Amino acid sequence: MSIAWYLAVSVIIFSIGAAGVLTKRNALVILLCLELMLNASNLALIAFSRMWGNTDGQIFAIIVMVVAACEVTVGLGLIVAIFRRGLPEDADQLSELRG
Amino acid sequence: MSYIVFFIASIGAIAGAIGVIALRNPFYSVLSLVGHLLCLAALFMLLRAEFLAASQVIIYAGGVMVLYVFVVAYIGQSEESLGASHGWLRVLTPLFVGVLLVELMIATLGSGLKAIGTKGADISPSFGSPAGIGEALLTTYLFPFEAASLLLLVAVIGAVGLARRREGFTVGDTPLKAGEIPAVPPRGSGTMAEAAGDRPVAGFRGGDRS
Repeated sequence: MSIAWYLAVSVIIFSIGAAGVLTKRNALVILLCLELMLNASNLALIAFSRMWGNTDGQIFAIIVMVVAACEVTVGLGLIVAIFRRGLPEDADQLSELRG
Repeated sequence: MSYIVFFIASIGAIAGAIGVIALRNPFYSVLSLVGHLLCLAALFMLLRAEFLAASQVIIYAGGVMVLYVFVVAYIGQSEESLGASHGWLRVLTPLFVGVLLVELMIATLGSGLKAIGTKGADISPSFGSPAGIGEALLTTYLFPFEAASLLLLVAVIGAVGLARRREGFTVGDTPLKAGEIPAVPPRGSGTMAEAAGDRPVAGFRGGDRS
């Protein structure tokens, strides 16, 4: 299977994630779509790593996974804080992020 | 054989991604993302990134997704309306995504890299093994590794700061002063049952509201 196929799959997943970030209104689902985009970039990084026969791209992918885990931690913490304050989960109504 | 696995896994990954944005219930979206991540791990395996495939399954599908399921169960399932709220966004999004798709296809597939049509370079058997990745992480990429650990620490502190109890204990609606807070908190306080409001602690209520 040539590398181009993997890159095509990665591009498709990234576009789906971008569509989700733009159209979804629930903050939690927006985070899920961000995960999709990060994973698509991971797939591209690993495909390029395989293309060059070099492990460096996989290191990048690990760092991306760490960043994604941090994003999830803080994002879910924000969502829980929003819920406990009784604010709406709708991202459109959360335009003012003041306590 | 690898063709079959590739097509099954990539179709599964794309279907999972579509499921995330097409399903209305956030809980099903999370489950769809779990399927997507497992299919992606199979693709990583085909690219000879065994360690990353394993960590994808363990960290993402195992850890992060449990956190998501947890939060979805905590905040309750809110059916959300499909589609964008603004009319112009509804029109503009397919356009933007289509342009993005074409542009990224051109940028990656049309990049002129000769090796892009091949199966990849010849690799040693240790490619993608935990030993090779560990050595690279602790020698060449030591600084990114340490920066990543610092980032994790900052994220943990930030999450604790976001989710901490704002007001301390209250009796009824009057908050307790600093001296009145009992040294031993009442039984059941600080538990998830109290946070969810299912089982209020007798006489005390966590400061959930502000």
